Amino acid sequence: MAKVEITVNGKATSANVEDRTLLVDYLRETRNLTGTHVGCDTSQCGACVVHVDGKAVKSCTMLAAQASGSDVKTIEGVAGNGALHPMQEAFHQNHGLQCGFCTPGMIMAGIDMVNRLGPKLDEATIRAELEGNICRCTGYHNIVKSIAAGAKEMGKGMKKAAQ
Amino acid sequence: MGIEGIGARVLRKEDKRFITGAGRYTDDHKVAGMHYAAFVRSPHAYAKIKKINIKAASKMSGVAGIFNGKELTGDGIGNIICGWMVHSKDGSPMNMGAWSALATEYVRYVGDAVAVVIAETLEEAQAAAEAVEVDYKVLKAVVSAEDAMDPKAPQLHPEAKNNIIYDWEIGEEDATDAAFAKAANVVEIDIRNNRLVPNPMEPRSALVQYDAAEDHFTLHTTSQNPHVARLVLSAFYQVAPENKLRVIAPDVGGGFGAKIYIYPEEIVCLWAAKKAGVAAVKWTASRSDAFLTDAHGRDHVSKAKMAFDKNNKITGFKIETLANLGAYMSLFSSSVPTYLYATLLSGQYNIPNIHCNVKTVYTNTVPVDAYRGAGRPEATYLVERMMTTAARELGVDPAELRRKNFVQQFPHQTPVIMCYDAGDFGASLDAAMAEIKYDSFEKRRKKSAKNGMLRGIGMSCYIEACGIAPSAAVGSLGAGVGLWESAEVRVNPVGTVEILTGSHSHGQGHETTFAQLVTDRFGLPNENVQIVHGDTDKVQFGMGTYGSRSGAVGMSAIEKALDKVEAKAKKIAAHMLEAAEGDIEIKNGEVMVKGTDKKLGWHEVCLGAYTGHNLPEGMEPGLKEGAFYDPTNFTFPAGCYICEVEVDPNTGVTTIEKFVAADDFGKIINPMIVEGQVHGGLAQGIGQAMMENAVYDDDGQLLSASYMDYTMPRADDLPSFNVSTTETLCPGNPLGIKGCGEAGAIGSPPAVINAITDAIGHNNLTMPASPQNVWAAINDGGMSEAAE
Repeated sequence: MAKVEITVNGKATSANVEDRTLLVDYLRETRNLTGTHVGCDTSQCGACVVHVDGKAVKSCTMLAAQASGSDVKTIEGVAGNGALHPMQEAFHQNHGLQCGFCTPGMIMAGIDMVNRLGPKLDEATIRAELEGNICRCTGYHNIVKSIAAGAKEMGKGMKKAAQ
Repeated sequence: MGIEGIGARVLRKEDKRFITGAGRYTDDHKVAGMHYAAFVRSPHAYAKIKKINIKAASKMSGVAGIFNGKELTGDGIGNIICGWMVHSKDGSPMNMGAWSALATEYVRYVGDAVAVVIAETLEEAQAAAEAVEVDYKVLKAVVSAEDAMDPKAPQLHPEAKNNIIYDWEIGEEDATDAAFAKAANVVEIDIRNNRLVPNPMEPRSALVQYDAAEDHFTLHTTSQNPHVARLVLSAFYQVAPENKLRVIAPDVGGGFGAKIYIYPEEIVCLWAAKKAGVAAVKWTASRSDAFLTDAHGRDHVSKAKMAFDKNNKITGFKIETLANLGAYMSLFSSSVPTYLYATLLSGQYNIPNIHCNVKTVYTNTVPVDAYRGAGRPEATYLVERMMTTAARELGVDPAELRRKNFVQQFPHQTPVIMCYDAGDFGASLDAAMAEIKYDSFEKRRKKSAKNGMLRGIGMSCYIEACGIAPSAAVGSLGAGVGLWESAEVRVNPVGTVEILTGSHSHGQGHETTFAQLVTDRFGLPNENVQIVHGDTDKVQFGMGTYGSRSGAVGMSAIEKALDKVEAKAKKIAAHMLEAAEGDIEIKNGEVMVKGTDKKLGWHEVCLGAYTGHNLPEGMEPGLKEGAFYDPTNFTFPAGCYICEVEVDPNTGVTTIEKFVAADDFGKIINPMIVEGQVHGGLAQGIGQAMMENAVYDDDGQLLSASYMDYTMPRADDLPSFNVSTTETLCPGNPLGIKGCGEAGAIGSPPAVINAITDAIGHNNLTMPASPQNVWAAINDGGMSEAAE
């Protein structure tokens, strides 16, 4: 057993878990944060993407113990003060989701893309960056549009913050 | 149309929970006393079960029970059914072998379940399942449909000699042969339609709660049709009577056909929960489980020939198809390569004589059933590759050959059952050709050639049949169910509305589009309408969502119920306003007397219905109406897709430069959602054409059983799509809807392959057109269609 202490969406959490417990299982089973999904068993689909210390991570590929001491943000922690995050809003405005199962991972990957590459993302970049996220419903068309729009909005926020 | 009514691009009401992580899928549910199920699965494609030893496993920590197939059948749990009876051409019924939810004597595909372990935690269940020792006598397996018919091949079911399930035909063979005898030209092709794995992103899951005191089960499950699941679980598998079984399909993460069926896991979890004496059992598939056990799609091999007269008019079409149905007959497997396939072989064309023979066979592979399009993609691929091949061989433009043979008059009776009710095939062809700039293609081809690249263009003019209906018609063709839909409209005393529907949304956006019907009719805000679906305790009965039927059939039922609500509301309002019923109109949330300033708020009329203080004499209080809608015909979405590709002859890598879709879906309720459906369908169709392929080795091991091996289309494999619509209304339902859910997957594969074969200059290319296959096609003439 391992004692893990993880800040999840700004709240300190801790638990004793089996050594083999994956971060995604800690989030879903121990913390009841079921917005993070499991869509495969080979770390391909990206439905489980969360942010660990600000970086996108497939939470099915990381042990909970490895995340001990880290700051983890899940889809449930993305909206703040009752307002949707611009990336969430962009998915809504651009019909970037259908069944919704891949969506949390897509949004977390989209935000990470902007954090790493800035708010000006062209279509080819977004498509290439989505290599680790699979969607079966949308054909990606509106996901790409959503991320471009969300990035633009995030950029406005960054500008404001800088002023 | 209001801003939220029919035709408006209303943003989805259901989005909020999905984008905030608050969606509730089956595996997200947890209940007190929950145990977990793990299945012991066969590692062999074909074997006799000699012995199952559970001694060590049953002593392991947390184990509440380990059960096998003999116990299951011993408890009277029925074999898995096929819901559509197909007769061979000699009149004999299909040769169906037995399928028990847990194998009893033989396992017939890798992944076939032989036992289940129920334990307190998932880890304990999995550990004990691994400790169950099954002693198999391994038998030689047969994997391909062609091999299965060899009399020396392993025989999978005693009922099916030479593994043949049925040998079926449609159309007039003699008349078709006569047309060929008189033909000026005959074009022949061999076609393979590759086997696919549906892969909805949410793996299948089941959560059974068993209330021992009431002897009552609640099943949360990943189903496209929870009422059908309850009916079949109850009537055929006998896990519980219907009144003791509640089935809930909560948020479901995609279906694409794969979640229509009632799988062994649901049956076993229901039975095993009670048998193990536990309050609840959960099972969730891993992606590996999904590859090994979700019903696959397609897997046809066909030989076809088309006869033309000297004016290039089609005079005959003859097809022989062999379909692989896997190890057992899944719920609708028999209908897919027959009534959902061969009835569409007339395509958009006036073909006086058609004959098609279909043989289906058992093999040691996972069962094959409906996957997005179900039979119609196979028909379209055949017809549209034939049309392009014929155009090349006859030396005419592919668009002109199609145009010359288009059905122009409606209704049009084809020689293969279907009667097309409406359409304008030239309109969608024109729209697509204009959008892709068809006329200037040769310039672009030359430009690519200068860069050492091969450019090609290919089209596909598809027609398909949706709605899946009418009940009497499908009944006469062998369906075991009626394919109507139900709706109930409950108007609350404050005027808000709940719509209970037998359709089920697993990504289609019903919570938004169904509400648009109410908005359109009464002018109420969209947010005042709630859609209730997916729970057999709430919705009385329904047939679920597949075959693009929720618009044409599901929404028609809602319209019928709304008619009744409107009629009653008008009666009440007329009485309250002391006006003639015929003078009442309902608009913008108000109920008014035409041509006067007399009016009531919608909520006042609704409240009036419930207080009952001032109702017309003899009228029952309340405002709640239901309807069952049974369509009069299938609906016939049609359209034209054109694909332009560039192929690198050095590597075989093919890039889609542009993809244009012009669809006629009849009336469109929400264009945003319809476009989304087309995008997704196109991705699946292009995936089939260029990437996806389920491959078994000769021993029946699935080689493409993970996302490392099965190529799911990713964002950078696909272009942005250029989609548009033309409109001819469907005369068969009140809204004029045709349906849009499957068109993309149906129409796109031949457009892609016609484009690539145009680029490489010959026809010898099989799906998927992976770089390897395309390179081979360029460099050594390619692999034959029929032999991989």
